[in-house]
Parts: sequence; C-alpha cells; structure tokens
Amino acid sequence: MDKNFSVIIKGVGGQGIVTLVSIIDEAAFLDGYDVRSSELHGLSQREGSVEAHIKFGKKIYSPLVYKGQANLIIGQELLEGLRSVALAGAQTKFLINTFYLPFIGSVKEQEILDELNKLSRLQSNRGSSMPTKSASGPKDKLILVPASKICLEKLGKEVVSSIYLLGYAVAKKIMPLKKEFVLQAIKDIIPEKHLELNIKAFELGYAR
Amino acid sequence: MKKEILLGNEAIVKAALSSGVSFVSGYPGCPAAEIGEEFGKIAEKNGVYAEWSTNEKVALEAAIGASFSGLKSLVNMKSFGINVCSDSLLPLAYTGTKAPMVIVVADDPSCWSSAQTEQNSRAYAYLSHIPMLEPADPQECYDFTKLAFEMSEKFNTPVILRTTTRVNHQKMPVIFEDCVKEFSAQGGPASGWKKGEFVKNPRQFCTMPPRVLEMKAELLEKTKKISAFAERSVINKISGRPTSAQFGIITSGVAHLHALEALDEAELKVPVLKLGFFYPLPEKKIAKFIKGLKRVLIVEELDGYLEKEIKAIAKEINPKLQILGKDLLSEIGELDSGKIGLALAKITGKKFKISNVAEKINNPPRRYPKLCQGCPHLYTIAAIKRIAPDAIFGGDIGCYMIAGYPPHDTQDFEFSMGSGLGISHGVAKATNQKVITLMGDGTFFAAGIPALINTVYNKSNPLLIVLDNRITAMTGHQTNPGVGKTLMEQPSDELQVADIAKACGVKNVKVLDPSNIQELDATIKEFLAKDEVSVIVCKLICALLAKRKKENG
Repeated sequence: MDKNFSVIIKGVGGQGIVTLVSIIDEAAFLDGYDVRSSELHGLSQREGSVEAHIKFGKKIYSPLVYKGQANLIIGQELLEGLRSVALAGAQTKFLINTFYLPFIGSVKEQEILDELNKLSRLQSNRGSSMPTKSASGPKDKLILVPASKICLEKLGKEVVSSIYLLGYAVAKKIMPLKKEFVLQAIKDIIPEKHLELNIKAFELGYAR
Repeated sequence: MKKEILLGNEAIVKAALSSGVSFVSGYPGCPAAEIGEEFGKIAEKNGVYAEWSTNEKVALEAAIGASFSGLKSLVNMKSFGINVCSDSLLPLAYTGTKAPMVIVVADDPSCWSSAQTEQNSRAYAYLSHIPMLEPADPQECYDFTKLAFEMSEKFNTPVILRTTTRVNHQKMPVIFEDCVKEFSAQGGPASGWKKGEFVKNPRQFCTMPPRVLEMKAELLEKTKKISAFAERSVINKISGRPTSAQFGIITSGVAHLHALEALDEAELKVPVLKLGFFYPLPEKKIAKFIKGLKRVLIVEELDGYLEKEIKAIAKEINPKLQILGKDLLSEIGELDSGKIGLALAKITGKKFKISNVAEKINNPPRRYPKLCQGCPHLYTIAAIKRIAPDAIFGGDIGCYMIAGYPPHDTQDFEFSMGSGLGISHGVAKATNQKVITLMGDGTFFAAGIPALINTVYNKSNPLLIVLDNRITAMTGHQTNPGVGKTLMEQPSDELQVADIAKACGVKNVKVLDPSNIQELDATIKEFLAKDEVSVIVCKLICALLAKRKKENG
C-alpha cells in the first residue's frame, strides 16, 4: 500500500462502532502500519449519531479525516450513510448497511435509497446498473449490504453487523488489511465469551 | 517498555501509575471519564486510592489534602469542572503542592458531548498562574503526564494537563512502561493504598493576609523559574528549516498534527514551532523563531490566545512580521487538515484541492439523542407537560436535558450543574408563574443542595422533581452518593434525596415510582398549588442499567 488509507465509520450509538475501530486499529498495527483513530463517546449511546475516523499507512499525522479525504465510508445505518455523503470526495467508496433506524422527522427508507442512487449516478458509477438494496457489488462506488438482517437471521444478533461488514470489506479488498491480522485483532480485542460469535460474523461477511 | 495502541485517556492512566501516583480523585464528564473509570478497575490492585468525588471542587480539595499529606495525586475532570473547582484552584497556586499533583482538564471543541459553552480552559492558566501543558496525541498524553509529575515535584506547583476530545479519544501506538499490576504477589488485592503523613506547616497551607501577598510574590518568582525551564524544554520543538519564503507556523495541541498533514499534502516545506507549554510560554524561543520570518500562521483551536501573545512578542523583536491566525482559522469548532490546508493555500498561493460532492445532496434531518426505550424520565417529562402545560420548565445537566429536544420540547432554560433550581427560584420570585425544574440524582448531590436551601430560606415555591435513576447515567453509569457503593466498589450508605430535602427544611417531599402515573399526576397537581418549595423524588432505575444488571446476573 503506497498511500495512506482513510476510513470514516458512521452509525448510531449501540452498533459496536467503538469495537470495530479497535479491531481495525489493531489489525493495521499488526500489519506494521502507522495508525491513528479518533472516536466520539458520550451521548451517542442514546441513539445519537456516532462518527469514528481511522487512518493507517506509512506515516500518519492527523487522527481526523477531513471533508473529501476518505477512501472508504462505512455507513452502519442507511440515513447515517446518506449523511456521510457530506464528508465524501470523488474517490470515496461507500459500504452501507441497509439497516434502517427511523426517528420522528426522519426520511423514508425508499427516499434514502433514491438519494443514494442519485449520488452513485453523480459519481459516474462503474457498476452496470443503478444500485438497489440487493444489486450492488464490490466494484461499485456504492455498495449496499443487508448486514444487520443477515446477522440477525444467521447468528441471532444484529450487533455483530459491523464485524460482518469488516469481513466483506477485507475479502473484496475494499479495505487493504490482511485477513490473518484482522482475525488476530478480533482475538486480541473481543472478550472470550463473545469471540466465537464475532469470528463467525467475520467469516460470514468474508464469504459473501 | 511496551508498544501498544492506547486511547489518550489510557495513556494518562499508564503515565500516572508509572510516575507513582497514589491518590486519584475526579468527577465524571465526557471526554475525561475513562481516566477515573480505569482507576476504579485497577486502583486497589495497584495500591492506589481512587474516588468519584461529589463534584470537581471537592475532588480538587481531596487531592490538595493528599498532596499536603505527602501523596502524589491526579485529578480528572471535563472542561466545566475547572470552573467548579476554581475557587480552590487559585489559592492552590499560592500554597503550591507538597507532593506532586497533576490536574487533567478535558475541553471539547465542537461541543461533541458538551452543553453549556465551547469552553477554552487555557484561560485558567492566566487566572491561576498554574503551569499548563497541551499534549497533541496519546504518546504525548503519556510523556507530558510524566513530565507534569516531574515538574510538580521540582517546583512544588500543581500542573494542569489541558486536553481536548480529539486527544482524549484519539488512539495510536504508544511506547510506555507498563506498571499496572493485575494482581498483587499473593494473587489477591493489595492491602490498601499507600498512606502519607500530614506535617503541619500553616505558613505554606494557609492563604491569609498579610502572608497572602508574600505568597503571591513567591508565586511570581516561581513562575519565572518555570519560564526558564520551559525555554529549555524539549516539548517546545521546532521541525523543518527556515526557507527563502520566510514563512513559519506556530501551533499547539492536536492542531499541530493537522498542520503537519496539511503541509505534507500540499508538499510545503515550512518550519513549525510546536508548543507543548501553553503556560508559561517559552517567549525567548518564540522570539528566536519569528525573528527571521516575514509571515507566521498561528494554528490553534478556539480563542487566539497564542496569537495575542505572539503579537506582543513580535512588537519587540520583529514589528513588521505579518501574523495570521484567527482571520483564517475559525474560533468556533475543531480544526482539521482540510481547514488548515485551505488557509495555507491562501497564504502561499499553492493549491490545496478538496474534492467534495456534498453540495449535491440534501442535508438529512438531524438525529437528536433520544431517551432510551423504557427510560424512567419519559414518565416524568410526559407528566409535567400533561398536568402543567403552561408552567415554566427548568432543565439541568443529565440525560433529562433531552427534554429540550423534539418531540418533548419541555425545557425553558438549561445552564450548568445544579443551576436549574437556582434559576427557578429567581423566576418564582420575579413572577407569579408556576415553575417546575428537573434534576438528576447525581446533579442533586453535586450541586443542587445550596440552591434548595436558598428556596427554603428565601421562601420561593418552585417544584423540584429529582429524577433518581440510581446512577450517574449520562456519562456512562458512574457511582454517586445515592448508589451505595464507591468507585473502588466499596459499600457505602445510600444517601436519600428525600431525607436531605427534609433536612434542608422542605415541608412537601414525596418519593414515588414515576411509572405509577396516577400518583405522579396527583402529586404534581398537589405540590404545584403550594406556596412553598416542594420536592418529588421520582425513583426508578435507569433502563440501561436495569438491562445490564439482568444480563450480568
């Protein structure tokens, strides 16, 4: 990897984003990269927006990804994914969980998808067709994955959806981290009693 | 030495332990809360005493007592904590410390988790004459905390470590000495914390006239010595060499890292002076740095304090120097490399490209923080709106300030810890309107009691509803005097809000379960008709805490 890699993760409190940051940090560190991240705690546990920034590469100075700089934005919720568009640049890829957590005054699910589709057109998507909830692949700029739904169905827990997305991102090389280091990082970070579930979620995403 | 990824707050804890800290006090607040929480977990095993005090003033005073008794101490708080403890902080500068003391104050530029104000606590260095260091990242959190303890020992002064959210909550690989003992040699907890001895010395410990003015002279003399120390310190460092453009950057805190990235991306070679000391400033080093420059950009977050200082230094040494800062970088909100890159582009004419598609998207509606599913506050907020829609609603600091967001919109003023009742007294005295004010259990113990006594003594009739959810919830479930255990998990008597209210002279006091809606409604109606102050204690456990207790058995 020649250039530094910048990631923004956006979601709502309670989606395991702080843990996801720890795993990516550790995996990059194990891979010999310099790494810095920053995250916001606090009122986020009450379903507020959560935003975390991670950078890794040869030499990292700032822990913040500025507007337009991100290589990858992971949206852990549809509206938060749409919100993160404001932080994106022309090169930014989006990996968005189609999990939808509405609130009073929120935007309808279909309207969010329409907005996102509009975005991918504006970015002259290399993908063949307009992405819908199911039809988007790793070559697209905008990749929609029903991670929460799959995790709930196959593992009984929505909260590991972030680890599922990480598995997908590593497998498709959307995130330039090696599988062995990510698995080691998961083992280092996740407490013993939840480890099996998290590894399953990672492998499930990896195999998608 | 180890190298591991640490959070800024974790690095502060490691450094304090490595420096031999034995007394830790604080009050929980974001982004500093992890410092106290971590000590709660490791204190006993490492022979350290740690507490959540009732508020930041009491926390500082506890550490002063420990310092005067010969124990190394660490005090931790968020930005506003320094306002609360300032009454004792200022005399502490005069007395100085006996054993070393480091005070961590964590500001929150952009107000990510702060109501009240976007406070810049650097101003307290001027007010108190207490040395202040500003780390930029977790490695500096570690190194500067160690240096702060050394300075405190050398100069018998408290040292303030002023951080910001992006420093406390930043992670990076940190090189550190790991002194954390998981277990004592016997496999069980160590036998209590270290004890010191208070040796009487009223000449040092009492700030009374006429001695107080002598003490001030001693403080100013000490500050000169610390200035000389700051001049030599490696934490005020210059990177890069002077160039023909005669342009330089002076910076501090996390903004330094953003500046380095912006320079790197713009492929600019510029000398940078990074100030680890905010107070006292190494004025000679700054003078030397700016002497040969035509232009200097001051990169600092919030108010332009450095800029003002540097303008004063330049007047003597280089009056023609063009000093840029707050005219290009906002006083509001955090900085980042993009903002600094654009400022550099304006100054140097070099392009700094920001690719952005934001303008092509409609801004989605804001996701306000919500009260959790099953939150006990929901009953009370609904009830006051239902029973007394025309009342004035006072707010305070805690989860329940979410009452001020839609769809509740049930908060007419909100200031600082405990202020809701103080202001309600004023409104009740100044008008004939009904006033209802909400306050959490933690806030009541921290700052509510003097205001309650004032309503009794000076006879006003607001209705105070204490939302007793059995924990300090908003900052992450820290213990408080109503909980029945301390930070170190020691049992303690559960203080009852109702008993305290009665002891303060409140005649109308009722404790109830807010899920009993009929009783809640009837009591609000009854108490609102009273001519004197009333207190309802809505006692029901925080829904998240109840869930966690159930999961953990």
